[in-house]
Formats: sequence, structure tokens, C-alpha cells
Amino acid sequence: MLLDFFSHLRRSGLPVSTTEHLLLLEGLSKQVGVLDLQKFYLFARLCLIKDESLYDRFDQVFQDYWAGKEAAFDLNVDNIPQEWLRMADRDALTDEQKAMVEAMGGWDKLMETLAKRLEEQDEAHHGGSKWIGTRGTSPFGHGGFNPEGVRIGGKGGQGRAVKVWEQRRYKDLDGTRELGTRDFKIALRSLRRLTRDGRPDTLDLNGTIRATAQNAGLLDIKMRAERRNSVNVLLLLDIGGSMDYHSALCEQLFSAARTEFKHLEHFYFHNFIYEKVWKDNSRRHNDTVSVPELIRTYGKKYRLIFVGDATMSPYEVVAEGGSVEHWNNEPGAVWMQRMQQHFSHCVWLNPEKPDYWETTPSIRIIRQLMHDRMFTLSVNGIQDAIDALKTPISANLPGEQL
Amino acid sequence: MSNPDYIITDELQQAVDAAITLERPLLVKGEPGTGKTQLALEIAKRLDAPLFQWHVKSTTRAHQGLYEYDAVSRLRDSQLGDEKVKDISNYILHGVLWDAFTCEQRAVVLIDEIDKADIEFPNDLLQELDRMSFNVYETRETITAKQRPLVIITSNNEKELPDAFLRRCFFHYIEFPDKTTMERIVAAHYPTVKQDLLKSAMDVFFDLRDVPGLKKKPSTSELLDWLKLLIADDLPAEMLGADELRTVLPKMHGALLKNEQDIHLFERLIFLHKQRNGQRNR
Repeated sequence: MLLDFFSHLRRSGLPVSTTEHLLLLEGLSKQVGVLDLQKFYLFARLCLIKDESLYDRFDQVFQDYWAGKEAAFDLNVDNIPQEWLRMADRDALTDEQKAMVEAMGGWDKLMETLAKRLEEQDEAHHGGSKWIGTRGTSPFGHGGFNPEGVRIGGKGGQGRAVKVWEQRRYKDLDGTRELGTRDFKIALRSLRRLTRDGRPDTLDLNGTIRATAQNAGLLDIKMRAERRNSVNVLLLLDIGGSMDYHSALCEQLFSAARTEFKHLEHFYFHNFIYEKVWKDNSRRHNDTVSVPELIRTYGKKYRLIFVGDATMSPYEVVAEGGSVEHWNNEPGAVWMQRMQQHFSHCVWLNPEKPDYWETTPSIRIIRQLMHDRMFTLSVNGIQDAIDALKTPISANLPGEQL
Repeated sequence: MSNPDYIITDELQQAVDAAITLERPLLVKGEPGTGKTQLALEIAKRLDAPLFQWHVKSTTRAHQGLYEYDAVSRLRDSQLGDEKVKDISNYILHGVLWDAFTCEQRAVVLIDEIDKADIEFPNDLLQELDRMSFNVYETRETITAKQRPLVIITSNNEKELPDAFLRRCFFHYIEFPDKTTMERIVAAHYPTVKQDLLKSAMDVFFDLRDVPGLKKKPSTSELLDWLKLLIADDLPAEMLGADELRTVLPKMHGALLKNEQDIHLFERLIFLHKQRNGQRNR
């Protein structure tokens, strides 16, 4: 039974492991999380789910799996129905209603009917005696008078909520997507290599011994950099337009990168860099950050990574007023140079296939602007990009060649 | 309850009970100010167990929690010809876990803000937390826990923790308290607060938390601080501006809004709101 639940969770893509399942069983054998389905729910969540952004999915799977199976749970613990029955005052019911409850045919039947009703019903319902909603005499819903009722969502008048997992309280937390592809994890290892530079503040024991021996036994302490995250990254993502096609790939990179750095800031732009960028794409028109402010805010140490397909009309890069969204007084190329003068460690990641790079004029131009620091959004490409990020671009900017 | 100030929800209570029964570390996450660190102090108090706190920083290394070998002192002593130098155990400094493992009764260990440390930090502690024992290489002894301590780990979600580590822990996410729980918390701290003041303050507080785009939402501890200021000044409830939502910056807002941008954002909202009201009145 529980093994079935476990495989159900795994099938739903929740990362639960055998060790965790065994722990769950161990707990149950020690009487933790038994006696009541809510306790079991909490304990199962405690054991199996290690990320609050997965709570919502767990709630759904739990609901999906246990709906209609409470009866099976009752076989082990037969005091649940009584507790639920005590929720309402029986005397408040008319004889007629009591008869109706009897007519429903007890708990098992009730749960089956509930599952069926949930499927049938597709709108909120309040009052009445059949549909799931509030203040009615239907057995399903909350705040009602049916003694055998199952509360769904909401705060009840009496007792505590029976099934918290149906409230979907963690819906908002399920914003993060799991990074799936193995490729990206490998690529990230190289990002991590980059993050392991730092101040020389730990004792280099081997170096000290060597130096001391050379120094005829007089102590000569050598220090070296500790391995730590000290790299700050500024991520600028192209969004909208021709990039929609690649946005999934970009988001993967983004969600992966978020955890790897101590300071990671991201902003969005459309097609090419002009005088402003924005943080929240839904409020792109009134909540923008100007590029000079970006340069003032983030120090020279920040590594700048552009992600974009660089596929557009060449005018959008080199001409004033070239932007497709607004009138820009200065061409994007100028803004790009300004950014490069400040953020000398920068690269451009391009999800477009390299075959097209030579034949697309705007990519050629931007590559030139980036001093050939354009790389594909692939494992090897990212590795090359990380290597390139270790050195600054040379000071003599060849922007005038255009 | 030993300390009526700390309100523990049923869910959290159950999580703690499970961690005690099954002797697994409990990883607690949640918004700042939801009392994650307080939890360990509270458990220690309720269990009447000694508490060992380990506050993790970005420079903390895993072995510092076990022990440190003070080679520099030993070097100095050897130069001075001190007798102590012959016994290496004189230079082993005990860490938090060492003390907790060798404690006669069951201890509570708090590893605070584990996500602050290096990415490898949790992995380095896997074995120690799993087997509750570790080796001291310098003296070739093994320290094993006499009684498996209850380990509470808090995280602010700054870094993702490795899967292998998570698999060995229980995980509980402390939700931000709803209004009823919050009322209980406030009542526990300030039992004598005037009801109308409390009601307006709560309205302002939860309203403020709903403002979209706030950089830092005010948390429980900030609400408590703010109330303290309000009570100290004995302000009447009307002064808080809860009736006309977002028409004035709440009194003593500095206790709630800790970010310049947030205050600006809030002022802009007030401005917009006033404008809208003005249009309606015309």
C-alpha cells in the first residue's frame, strides 16, 4: 500500500528516495504519524519532501492518491471516523437528514461519491444539498451540518480542518522549476570552478614547510587563497520577440545559476541593450533600471553575462532609433561599449546554432562588439565562456570599425 | 509550556516530536523572522536539555564544529620547551558537536543558517550527523555520541542544500503565521495591549505584507518591535491610519520597512491612492 504511494510520488516527478521511504516506515512502526490521516500527511511530508516549492505538488499527489482510499487507511486506525463524526452536533440534524446520511451508505461510499462529485463539479457552490461548497447539507464542503461530512478547504466552524493538503497553501511557492538536464549540471561544475577564487587568507601548509626548510628551519609562513564563492554575476537576459523560442533554455540556465553564486543579479532586455533594463517582465514599462544606474550600482568585479539570440535587424544595434520598442537617442552599440568599459569581464551566450552565426548580420556585428566573446548555450560553450570570463577584454575597443 | 512567549503550531510540534522519536536532524526553513532559531532555544528549554549553538558564517568550515588542532600554540610551546607539548590532546580545541556528543544527557544542537557556509559544508557533515561519531586524526580516537543529540538546522534558502544531506534530514517549512496565530503570538508577548490598537496594528501589518513588490516583507519580530514602540508611546488606534488604507505612512514605520526603496514604493502607493480618492470625490 505505502510502496504504491511511494511509486506514485516518484511517478509524479517528486524526488523521493528509498532511504526516505524506509525512514517513513521506521517512523510508522514507532507510532509516529499514525492514528489520523492528517498526522500521516504531515509526517510523510516531513520525511519525503525537502523543498517547500514541492509542497504544492505533494499536496496534489497526496490528494490524488488518498482520495477515496481513506477507508483503507481506516483499517489500520479505526478511530478516525469517530473523530470526524464528532465535528458536528448530531442533534442539530433533522431525522430526515439523518436518514439521508444513512442512505449515503457510510464512509467508504461517501469518499467514492466525493471523488465523483469533485470530478463532476466545476464551479464554486454555496448552499444547496448536493454539490461541494459551503453552508449546505451536502456531506462535502465545509461549515455544513452533515455529521459524516468531509471538510474541503476553508476554516470550519467546529474542530480543525481535516484535510489541509486540499487547501493548496503552498501554491505560491511552486514557482521554481527543477533543473532537469544533466548537461546543465555538468556545465555548472565549470561555473563552480570559477567561484573558487578568493583572498589569500589560509595557511598553505605544504608551501610553508617547503619555505621553512629552505629558510634553514626558521618559520616562513605562506598563505594562499581559500576556496570560496566570491564571484558576483550580473545576468542580462533577452526576453520576448525571437527569444521566446529559446526562453525555456534561458530559464534553465537562470534557475541553475541562482544557487551557484553569492551575488547574482538578473535583468531583462529586449533584443539589445539600450539605456534601460528591467527586473520584472510583467512591469517592464514602468519599473525599469537605467543602464548608467546599473553601472553605478554594480562594481567592476561583477561578471557580466548576456543571454540572447542576437538575431535582429542590424539597425537595432548600430542606429539611433533602431529599437523596435521605443526611440533610443543613442545606438545600442554605444551602450554596449559603455557597459564593457565598466564590466570588462563579459560574455554573450547565444542559444542560436553557430551555423547561422556567420549568415546573420546582427550576430556578426554583436560578435565583433563582444570581441568574439560569443559562445553557444551548450556545455562546451558555457565552459569556454567561463574561461573567457577570467580575463578582461582589452581596453582598446574596436567599436569604430563599424 | 516553559516560555509562553513562543507559540508553536501543531504542525511544527509534530515535526519536532518526529525528529526526537526517530533521532533525525530537523531542517527548518522559513521566512526571516518566523522564529527558526528561537525554536531550538525553546525545545532545549522544554526538554530541559543543554543547548549547543553553532552559528554558521560564510567562512565556517565543517571541521570547526568537530574540533580544531591548534598547531600554532603547540609550535610556540615547543619553542619555549613547555612540557605540555608532548601530549597532542592539549592542543585539540573541542567544537560544538564534540561537546554535544560527549554530553551526559541528551543535548540539543542548533546549527544556525547552514546555507551561509560554503556549498560543501553540509556534505562535509553528512557522516558526523548520520553516525553521530567522528574520528580525531591527531590523537587517533573516535568520539561517539553517548546520547544522539537532537539537531536543529536552520536555513534561509540562500543556497540550495545537497540532496544527500537533505535525504538524511526531516524538513519543515515554517509558514508565515496567519492572523489567528499572529494574535496568539502578540497576546503572548504583550498581554496588556489595547484591543483597538492591536486590531489596527494587525490590519496595517497584514496590509503592508500584501503590498506587491516590497523588497523585504515585515516579519513577526518586526511586528513585535513595532508594537513595542506603539505601546511605549501609548498611541491611539486612530493614529495608525488603518481605517483609510494606505493613506498615510504608518507611525514608526521604520520598525516595519527597513529599505529605502520599500518606503518610496509605499509612498508612491499612498500617492496613487490619494489621487484615486480625489477623482472619486470630484
